Amino acid sequence: MTLVLNEEQRLLQDTAREFLQSSAPVTALRALRDNKSETGYDNALWQQMTELGWASIILPEQYGGLDFGFLGLGVLMEEAGRTLSASPLFASAVVGASAILIGGSESQKETLLPAIAAGELTLALGLEESSRHKPTLIATTAEAREDGFVINGRKTFVLDGHSADQLLVATRSEGEGNTPKGISLFLVPRQAEGVTVQRTIMADSRNAANISFDNVSVDRHALVGDLGYGWHVLEPVLDRGRVALAAEMMGIALECFERTVAYLKYREQFGALIGSFQALQHRAAYMQTQLELARSVILQALSSVDESPEQLPLLASLAKARLNDLVQLVTNEAVQMHGGIGVTDELEIGLFLKRARVAMQIFGDTGFHKDRYATLCGY
Amino acid sequence: MSAAERSNNVQDLEQFRLEVRDWLQDNCPESQRQPITPEEQYYGGRDSSFPSDDARIWFERMRDKGWICPEWPSEYGGGGLSPQQGKVIKEEMKAIRARAPLYGHGIWMLGPAMLEFGNEAQKQEHIRDILNGTIRWAQGYSEPGSGSDLASLQCKAEDKGDYYLVNGSKTWTTSADKADRIFCLVRTDPDAKKQEGISFLLIDMDDPGISTTPIELISGESEFCQTFFDDVKVPKKNLVGELNKGWSVAKALLVHERKLMSELGSDSPREIVVPNQAARQYLDFEDGKISDHELRSKLVEYDMEMHAIGLTHFRTFEEKIAGVRSAAPLIMKYAGTEAEKQKSELLLAIMGSQGLGWEGEGFNRAELDTLRLWAMSYAMTIAGGTSEVQLNLIAKNVLELPQG
Repeated sequence: MTLVLNEEQRLLQDTAREFLQSSAPVTALRALRDNKSETGYDNALWQQMTELGWASIILPEQYGGLDFGFLGLGVLMEEAGRTLSASPLFASAVVGASAILIGGSESQKETLLPAIAAGELTLALGLEESSRHKPTLIATTAEAREDGFVINGRKTFVLDGHSADQLLVATRSEGEGNTPKGISLFLVPRQAEGVTVQRTIMADSRNAANISFDNVSVDRHALVGDLGYGWHVLEPVLDRGRVALAAEMMGIALECFERTVAYLKYREQFGALIGSFQALQHRAAYMQTQLELARSVILQALSSVDESPEQLPLLASLAKARLNDLVQLVTNEAVQMHGGIGVTDELEIGLFLKRARVAMQIFGDTGFHKDRYATLCGY
Repeated sequence: MSAAERSNNVQDLEQFRLEVRDWLQDNCPESQRQPITPEEQYYGGRDSSFPSDDARIWFERMRDKGWICPEWPSEYGGGGLSPQQGKVIKEEMKAIRARAPLYGHGIWMLGPAMLEFGNEAQKQEHIRDILNGTIRWAQGYSEPGSGSDLASLQCKAEDKGDYYLVNGSKTWTTSADKADRIFCLVRTDPDAKKQEGISFLLIDMDDPGISTTPIELISGESEFCQTFFDDVKVPKKNLVGELNKGWSVAKALLVHERKLMSELGSDSPREIVVPNQAARQYLDFEDGKISDHELRSKLVEYDMEMHAIGLTHFRTFEEKIAGVRSAAPLIMKYAGTEAEKQKSELLLAIMGSQGLGWEGEGFNRAELDTLRLWAMSYAMTIAGGTSEVQLNLIAKNVLELPQG
């Protein structure tokens, strides 16, 4: 167990905070929203991030990575949560890179990972087919042909799907219904013939897309992992994503909480600072207890990715469920405690609130993870 | 610390762990590796006797080894070990479910406070007696009417030259009817501001003028008492810390108490039933899942809460070693005792009417204990500062919110 950051990780945290606060503050997300940015993120910013090594933070050195591990990544995600910075960090550098790292053939790793690390290639995961997270409910088909496969189906809520260079698509190559058996993962270029991408505008001003695959041909080298055994890749990839996202939610919750506590010390009503009212003090103190518990959960979940992957499923579900609840609590209280100004677009609290709701749905809401945790505990 | 030194330390600790494991294997009697009942807890004291021969042997071996309180300095009879080593002993004891050889406010609270605030003579006089189990201590903070507002206490000690003259009463004096001595907060300067005129006194329960009566609780138990002081003469050497500066001793002591209470879930005496196991015994399963959705949901929420609290306990320890300060220790009393209450409610819900027996036929021991523990769990979020007081403290000390 590693529940305290080491010096190197703390240094990374300082650097990341400084960089994001100056180069990608919340106003940058607001500008992307107001200008209806094509990509949904600032490519120049992403290039700066890759120069800092962020795109390769979890990759081993042999593929051009920094090999900083998931605790290092967690630090970046948390700081990005504080500023709501939009970038392909999650979709490509965490989810996409993990999929190749865990399931890719040696030649896939050698060609794709250094490109991801250098910021020359971005990936996106096409998984969901309904409005809820059901990772094994896959109807998209991959039929075997002479020298490859033909993919047909439709994906929804594909994060960064309209801007990624390549799509990692979860398909069913055998069987049907809601079972892990028969799932296969394929890499499909977004520009491939038969791929139709419809960008959706989501509450958090980030990118998601609905994508349909109409007789899309790929060759057999597009397969990631073993045919029919894609779940062995997908499940740990999703868990890594859940943990990384939980770290981002930790940043969102902390930032919102700190801004709210500062407001309680500044705002006067009824002739007193509102932070002196016990009703508000107790609610703020309760949030502090939840933040402390969440902090331990996050650190343990992040460190398990590298130190004890056998515990990852349980800890990833613990982290996602607890952080979903935390970020909901804190963003709601932040709006309420800011009073009237809390519901204006002018105040940034609303942007945190919206990002929180999207993050809560990605890779499983609280109910999904409570069910999974209970099942893993044998009840 | 360099990486090499750290790995050396880890190696040393692993070596130490193996030694502890062997020693415990050889020295902890089999009967002392079972869940303990309240009647089997050994508190020591002048009139004490051991609940069994094995309990005596186990206590004596641990005492001679210096492991009653392994982290206390060896010159007063402690083990003189590091916090890491102390933790290893705790973990290895837990692994074989070894019972604590000695219970009581002496080792939990007075000892640590005295090591911090006591003078040399006091440490020489009292610490060894605590570790040898020859003196049993009670605590006297709260007063009728003062509740969690501890600083409003009225029990007074007047300076009479050679001694202090104590008059007043204390309530919630845990086990005062069985204790040899009591440590008390008393008012020594009635004119000073609330916290500033309080002192910390040690008083012998055999002194003339002291009387004590038990208080019956909703659990049917009466481990708490009310204690009265009527012209009790206390020698001046029994003042711990400075005159009128008892509040700082009290605060340190409360930190120990809250830490202890937040950890209760991990080794409470009647730890026979845990919700996860009770569910298997009392609930229906369908396809490997508890079929009652409401109870399944409550159980998983409780398990997640305990998981998070357990990790936070571990984090506070790691932070202490690394010299990192955080707010984690300050939230633990609130989170830990609220979770204990949550657990009791959950167990009653899981057991249904089988969990509601008060005594007699038709209920097994674990079921009866569960109900009594449920009734006791209410005291957890009240004693040692209510949950509301804990939230006030977090608001004030962590968040630094304006005080009204």
